[in-house]
Amino acid sequence: MVGLAANPTGIKWIDSGLTINRENPDDRVIALAGNPNVGKSTVFNALTGMNQHTGNWPGKTVTNAQGKCSYDGVNYIMVDIPGTYSLMAHSAEEEVARDFICFGSPDAVIVVCDATCLERNMNLVLQTIEITDHVVVCVNLMDEAKKKHIHIDFGSLQKDLGVPVIGVTARSGKKLGKLMETVGSLKTENFIRPIQLKYTAPIEEAISIVEPAVKACLGEKLNSRWAALKLIDNDESLLRSMSDYLGFNPALEEPVASKIAQARQRLEENGISGEALRDQIVSCLIITAEGICADAVTFESDSYNARDRKIDRILTSKWSGFPIMILLLMLIFYITITGANYPSALLSDALFRFQDILLAFFSRIGAPSWVSGMLVMGIYRVLAWVVSVMLPPMAIFFPLFTLLEDLGYLPRIAFNLDKYFKKAHTCGKQALTMCMGFGCNACGVSGCRIIDSPRERLIATITNCFVPCNGRFPTLVAIISMFFVGTVSAPFQSFFSTCLLTGTIILGIFMTFIVSKLLSVTILKGIPSSFTLELPPYRRPQIGKVIVRSICDRTLFVLGRAVVVAAPAGLIIWLLANIHVGGASLLLHCSNFLDPFANLLGLDGVILLAFILGFPANEIVVPIIIMAYMSTGSILELGSLEELKNLLLSNGWTWLTAVCTMLFSLMHWPCSTTCLTIHKETQSWKWTAVSFAVPTAAGMVICFLFAGTVRLLGLL
Amino acid sequence: MNEISTLNSLKVGQTATVKKLRSTGSMRRRLQDIGLIEGTQVECLQKSPSGDPIAYLIRGAVIALRQEDSSNVMISAN
Repeated sequence: MVGLAANPTGIKWIDSGLTINRENPDDRVIALAGNPNVGKSTVFNALTGMNQHTGNWPGKTVTNAQGKCSYDGVNYIMVDIPGTYSLMAHSAEEEVARDFICFGSPDAVIVVCDATCLERNMNLVLQTIEITDHVVVCVNLMDEAKKKHIHIDFGSLQKDLGVPVIGVTARSGKKLGKLMETVGSLKTENFIRPIQLKYTAPIEEAISIVEPAVKACLGEKLNSRWAALKLIDNDESLLRSMSDYLGFNPALEEPVASKIAQARQRLEENGISGEALRDQIVSCLIITAEGICADAVTFESDSYNARDRKIDRILTSKWSGFPIMILLLMLIFYITITGANYPSALLSDALFRFQDILLAFFSRIGAPSWVSGMLVMGIYRVLAWVVSVMLPPMAIFFPLFTLLEDLGYLPRIAFNLDKYFKKAHTCGKQALTMCMGFGCNACGVSGCRIIDSPRERLIATITNCFVPCNGRFPTLVAIISMFFVGTVSAPFQSFFSTCLLTGTIILGIFMTFIVSKLLSVTILKGIPSSFTLELPPYRRPQIGKVIVRSICDRTLFVLGRAVVVAAPAGLIIWLLANIHVGGASLLLHCSNFLDPFANLLGLDGVILLAFILGFPANEIVVPIIIMAYMSTGSILELGSLEELKNLLLSNGWTWLTAVCTMLFSLMHWPCSTTCLTIHKETQSWKWTAVSFAVPTAAGMVICFLFAGTVRLLGLL
Repeated sequence: MNEISTLNSLKVGQTATVKKLRSTGSMRRRLQDIGLIEGTQVECLQKSPSGDPIAYLIRGAVIALRQEDSSNVMISAN
């Protein structure tokens, strides 16, 4: 799962593995490489017709994704590999990217570049060309370059690099046909003679000592010149991957091993060892890139990025940075809350009318009452609740947040908040994973891969649930609307709800800092690691496309989950409520059992039970509470929040119950999907357990303290 | 000659040339990946609301660095 959008249907994640599903042996595998945030995923989507979510911030693609496309009668399997600045494997993503190019045997690699920032991208192009000859350079964002009056001489680029270079505008699909045509003709073209990087004389000498032995050892499996240099450099990550994918470590084979020793000795005699060798390798790459771009790129206007700087001065300034951040958050919540009311009422009207039709139908065919009870009062009703109450806010919040993301605002949030993350001894990029958590905590957890330091990545993973995901968000909205805005006159209700919701979210963020800090000084001790954060250029989002696509995605996603999770949960809860043992229903037994403990937290047994049963999906917590109350009390027709409030009040809810339910919703165990994702990412049940326990403990402690204080002071 | 100082002392709007990287290990690699090597031109663009990190223009890209990292980059003002 990548980004805010939970895994849209159809994308097969192959993770760091290199398995490609070729339907027939003629299918060609094309790897899409590129720096982060150059529109690589946009190219991927445009070519494959899929909708892998793209966002305007570095590090969206955290795993390899694959999709199909065909051009000119040839089928291609496109593999979107993680965006990286380099293939020298300083991070997990770079390792995945490099391994795929080296060992995934792609038929060609398309390196996607940002036309507005070509020089920085050239480093990766050169490194890729070092590994494989079958490279096509795709210069994306030509429209942005044009706007910024940046002129690119493709003839010169192609001549210098020795591989085809195509300029495209992926989001409008411009020139993508030409790109695929070039990819298709790559194998038959003979003119391609990729640039060979020239290193300093001592390095060239060292390479020439080792290369023949490497060539004899590896054959055509890897570019021998490149492999020789990496072996001399003792690139440990590559050696590991070589052992994994080739089945042996060439550095230990003779005569390679002795040649490496000989080369290293020569380098040392020339005063080049360890760090100095890498420095020189990198410098050669960067200076070559600089030279190529000096020939090919002309900036026709000095102030090509003046507009971005102006916006940055407003969005990240000392005075307006934080207020704007909060205002934007509030604006999104406000639109969500006001916008959700109408479709919510409409849906619930329609769905509950249909419930009556269903009931009438079952009584006409003479079905036994337990059948109609189970199917209608159990399964259908929970489904109807999830759809009418949970779906509208999700379907509105999601596209709005996606727009902010596409605009390029999220890295600015990370920039603004970094100081506080540093104080908590963690990484500023945690702000980005936090934002992903708003969409879905499982996505947020996957997204933690953008954080390089394992310690900081774990902290970001464990604390991700303090941001309420899309599934918990409507619960908060519903409780706020029922219990806290009734006292305010109508025109201000939405505004007041917004303020309360924003406050709740800020509390979540605050908890993230506190808990991160606590973890940093206890079980995950350490000092903050170094970090670099790119602030990409602002881009105008494709508003219509984003809105339509994310509403569709969200709706499908929620409906899918509703069927898979909410329907069985409805069935179980109905059974619990209707199977009687010893004069009381199982549900009553369970909630009575939980009641004393739940009371300490300001909740009641039913609420706690609903959170427990809601483990598979947070969306069903409120429906479960309603079901449970209705089965024990009188059956009500719930058409509005007003009636729901009456139901809750008649079951002993007070404002304290409402606050504690909100607090507990904000801070409790992650849902099952998130837990599984945490296990997948950390490869450890221990850290999964910690991630489960930390927010749960925080929620319990805070609810206990809050309820205790209120009762002690007699505020109720 | 221009005096040598560190990148974090650069004021907003000023530019400088990188003389030497004092950082080691992964941070050194990361800085090199984004094109920060001896001779690279750097412009200080924008401080974050709390003054740290600071955004720099490095080879056409805007990169934010924390004080403790930028203080390991030796520069000479242009």
